[in-house]
Amino acid sequence: MFNRNVENVRLIDTVTSRRASVGTLYLTATHTIFVENETEILTETWVLHSLVFSVEKQASTTTGCPLLVRCKNFQVLQFVIPQERDCHDVHVSLLHLSRPEHYEELYCFSYNANSDREDRRKAWDFINLKAEYSRMGLPNHLWKLTPANHHYKVSDTYPADLYVPKSATPPVIMGSSKFRSRGRFPTLSYYYKENHAAICRSSQPLSGFSARCLEDEQMLEAIVRSNPRSDFMYVVDTRPKLNAMANRAAGKGYENEDNYSNIKFHFVGIENIHVMRNSLQKMLEVSEAHFPSMSYFLEGLESSGWLKHIKAVVDAGVFITKAIAEEGISVLVHCSDGWDRTAQVCSVASVLLDPYYRTLKGLMVLIERDWVSFGHKFSHRNNHLNGDPKEVSPVIDQFLECVWQLSEQFPCAFEYNERFLITIHHHVYSCQYGNFIGNNQKERTELGLQEKTHSLWTYLWKNRTDYINPLYRPDHSQTQGVLRPLTAPYCFKFWGALYNRFDRGIHPRQSVMEYLMAIREETQQLEEQLASHEMKILNVEKQQKKSVNLETNMFDRSPAVWASPPSNSSVGLANTPGDYSGLGGFLKSPYQQKEPENSLLILPWPQELRKPTDPDLSTNGDDQESGIAGLSCLSPPNEESAKDPDSDETAYSAA
Amino acid sequence: MEFSEHIKTANVEDVVLRRPFYQPTKGTLCVTGHHLIFSNRGGDSARPFLLLLRNIDAIEKSVENLPSVSSGTITLKCKDLCVLQLDIPGMEECLNIASSIESLSSLETVSEMYPFFYRPPFLSLQDQWGLSSTEQHYAQMKEIHDGWRVSQVNRDYSVSPSYPPAVIVPHSIDDETLVKAARFRQGGRFPVLCYYHRETGTVIMRSSQPLSGANRKRCREDELLLQAVIDGSELGYIIDTRSSQQAQQARMTGGGFESKSCYRGWKRLHRQLEKGKVLQESLIKLVEACGDQSHSVDRWLSKLENSKWLSHVQTALSTAGLVAECVERDGHSVLVHGSEGTDTSLLVSSLAQLILDPDSRTLAGFLGLLEREWVQAGHPFQQRCAHSAYSHVRLRHEAPVFVLLLDCVWQLARQFPLAMGFSEPLLLRLAKEVYASDYGTFLCNSDQERCVTGVKERTHCLFQSLLRANERQHYSNPLYERTELAIWPSIQPPSLQWTCAFSPIQWPFDMC
Repeated sequence: MFNRNVENVRLIDTVTSRRASVGTLYLTATHTIFVENETEILTETWVLHSLVFSVEKQASTTTGCPLLVRCKNFQVLQFVIPQERDCHDVHVSLLHLSRPEHYEELYCFSYNANSDREDRRKAWDFINLKAEYSRMGLPNHLWKLTPANHHYKVSDTYPADLYVPKSATPPVIMGSSKFRSRGRFPTLSYYYKENHAAICRSSQPLSGFSARCLEDEQMLEAIVRSNPRSDFMYVVDTRPKLNAMANRAAGKGYENEDNYSNIKFHFVGIENIHVMRNSLQKMLEVSEAHFPSMSYFLEGLESSGWLKHIKAVVDAGVFITKAIAEEGISVLVHCSDGWDRTAQVCSVASVLLDPYYRTLKGLMVLIERDWVSFGHKFSHRNNHLNGDPKEVSPVIDQFLECVWQLSEQFPCAFEYNERFLITIHHHVYSCQYGNFIGNNQKERTELGLQEKTHSLWTYLWKNRTDYINPLYRPDHSQTQGVLRPLTAPYCFKFWGALYNRFDRGIHPRQSVMEYLMAIREETQQLEEQLASHEMKILNVEKQQKKSVNLETNMFDRSPAVWASPPSNSSVGLANTPGDYSGLGGFLKSPYQQKEPENSLLILPWPQELRKPTDPDLSTNGDDQESGIAGLSCLSPPNEESAKDPDSDETAYSAA
Repeated sequence: MEFSEHIKTANVEDVVLRRPFYQPTKGTLCVTGHHLIFSNRGGDSARPFLLLLRNIDAIEKSVENLPSVSSGTITLKCKDLCVLQLDIPGMEECLNIASSIESLSSLETVSEMYPFFYRPPFLSLQDQWGLSSTEQHYAQMKEIHDGWRVSQVNRDYSVSPSYPPAVIVPHSIDDETLVKAARFRQGGRFPVLCYYHRETGTVIMRSSQPLSGANRKRCREDELLLQAVIDGSELGYIIDTRSSQQAQQARMTGGGFESKSCYRGWKRLHRQLEKGKVLQESLIKLVEACGDQSHSVDRWLSKLENSKWLSHVQTALSTAGLVAECVERDGHSVLVHGSEGTDTSLLVSSLAQLILDPDSRTLAGFLGLLEREWVQAGHPFQQRCAHSAYSHVRLRHEAPVFVLLLDCVWQLARQFPLAMGFSEPLLLRLAKEVYASDYGTFLCNSDQERCVTGVKERTHCLFQSLLRANERQHYSNPLYERTELAIWPSIQPPSLQWTCAFSPIQWPFDMC
């Protein structure tokens, strides 16, 4: 086990390339830790080995040997190590540590391993797919649970529990699965109980140029029949037509409309994982450039094609949503294997169709259903082990971005905020939790993840106050349930908060979200305080002590409320302090308002306290305004946020 | 002249109106001297749809005249970028309507424009026109009374036709000196004060270019005036909104710049800001890119880049940042000018004030800033906003400098969502009003013209109207929390956002 430290290492601020901090670099079994010297507050930067994307040793200079560490969460760290030999050692060790060969070496198996086994086991039950299907109204007279894939004997990449049309007999299922890549036969992803239309998913048919399969045709017919109000269905191939045609030469391909009665076939043209991987790479190059010109940025963004790909996924989701919600027509979605583009498109459509997936728990369920259970190859796509670099691709990243783009268009429709999406993105790569380890349910069961690791969902749920969108309106007054986003190209924006997550300089200097969350929390605390004071007053009155100095009483005896200010761990990601250092300044600021001194000042205005405050600020404009006015005289605006980095000045004069 | 001369067909029944986000509706179309009125015959509570003819930028018509069908379609492209379509039964009616719209929407006589006829019950012509005068503004800034005075030298607009009657100048400079300095500046726009920064005691001034010409003329009075601003010992910055090459070339046509040897203590910096035709074409390209209905191809970002609009936003914000930095961080006074001093100088000086001055970030403060720095300071609104992005008319003086300002302010507000007292709808409203308005605020090119045509007596003031209680509430930022600090925007490309405000399909306000 490597356990060494190097002193007098400099960490260069990659954004400005000017500032550097000097400190000691430690390599532990799980983290790279940089501890700054000479600062009054202990400043540490922690980087999880599993988040390291690449380590690059650059040519030595007079000041030392630079080492560039790029992370999967888009953090870029540049160390300068005085001795070439030390740099070499660190380089080799980091390469080794960040590319484990076996699942057992991953962080989730050692993370908090000593906690109670039973608790841990129970925590996994928090997200339960059986409950999800019954929430959709299944099984019912149209759809049934099939035991066909128990013990993964039909398809080892599918989950054990699958829903199929009532009329689909075992021979039909078996026959159909033999005619589909990797046995991934058509099965239900989402059931829209309002009108019985369903989103189904599968892999491509092994049709080649002319092959047919009676059972597969019967399977699709069964799907049409399970939607009593329609006499046909859509088959959506999410690949570009050219790719699908090329597959025919390999004995695969797509459904021939002539062979399948009652289908309408439709290509949507989402590019494959290799195109997406390169696209992300190009976009990151653009977003990492130092002081690029506007033209460089826009041209680079364009030529990366990233936003075009995001739009393609959303467009496909919109197509399916229209088919389901407006036409009442069922849809079968597939790509090649049916675990990348199919997962994206099905889950985007679910988010558009069903407000449930716009809640915290709903998104967890959705990811668990369409991604985890249906065999999205997390370990391959997200590079968890030292594997084939050609298997790596930002597929779920794109899904999370689609959700973000939608939340930008419908700011009141989502219960979760941007931070929730970014945190999920982080942990898809971090390997700190067991959820995304392995490539399918079978592998996960064999690894015993539910016994040996923790579930991310319970962690997120416990800290849910950090992820709540204060503008969320559960009544969906903005959208009437189904989202109908604009998909003109200019509606898609660059997601700086994710891709420039650690480049603090470019983020908006003030965050409405943080501000409203802080107010909301403060309101909550004040309400609790009010209740406790009212109790006290009641008690005091009971005791008929007329001359009690109420005010000192309050100052002395309200520690309970303040005892648990949100810990910093809720801001940063547990166990990786410093990961949010880029965001840190902003994240911390609202919490400063919770210091007792500040907030107690509010007491002299009893009318503020007595006013019953609607917990949902967004629904009550007037209250909101006065509430803020109240705060503004108590808590000075965060100085840092307004008067920001000197980097700007250089920017003005350099421009 | 009677408007009725232009109206051949006043009413048409069974017209179908199509507009974004609404179901097509059938109703009666009526043309009046200033409006198109469309009322839904169904008689449900919907109010009639009213379109100011002045708002129409371009009109396209197509007719069909078959024995069975005689009908026409008029597409109206508005200056606020909205696109509407009217399906009119009857070819003749359609052509009549189209020709009425064409002639009525291009009337140029100021006193015939709608603001002279608009008489809402909630406003009175007796109300003060405008929010504040130079004198009132000066009176509020007690701390400058020692060093600065109000000069009435331009009371009859003879010194500078585009300046207001009163301006603020250094105390030590008398009117006679000002008159002579004015002769040395294009359009007589001698350096005047626009902002005093309390913390450092330094100022932002603006002017037009000096008329040094090819043989490097000098003007002692102009030099004295600037000397008085920095009070001898200190340093001052002249931010020239042209490139140094452009400034050199300007000498050939009688313009020029302040040479180092003549203006001791002043350091000149050049930042090239586009204006005029370049800016207008940029807007046209941007709107074209946003309105591209094909959606299939991914040329959007290339088109956006090609329009250069965001580059203009970036340059404007970065120049304003530079000015603010000189004043706030270096503690030196700044003079901003380009050539005429009526466009980019105003853009930069007002953005710098927004960065520095918390008072200008309130709703009333922002409108006051616009009144001082744009309306009173003589931005030629009528010339600049005669046409917007759809017009096929040959460009003359059109340039969306004010729209560029609004975009820059939107970017600031996006980066500092709590620091501005006003909200996005205000910016969108202003972008609409500046092209076509019920109010007289953006009529004419200067204060003088407004006096001559009686704008101040016979029209209502938009800014006054926006500050009425219910409007104020609508345009206020509910999250506003005043900060006394300067708000330094990031000008990094990822920090600047394109906005759907330039698209013909904008979310209607009530859906936001």
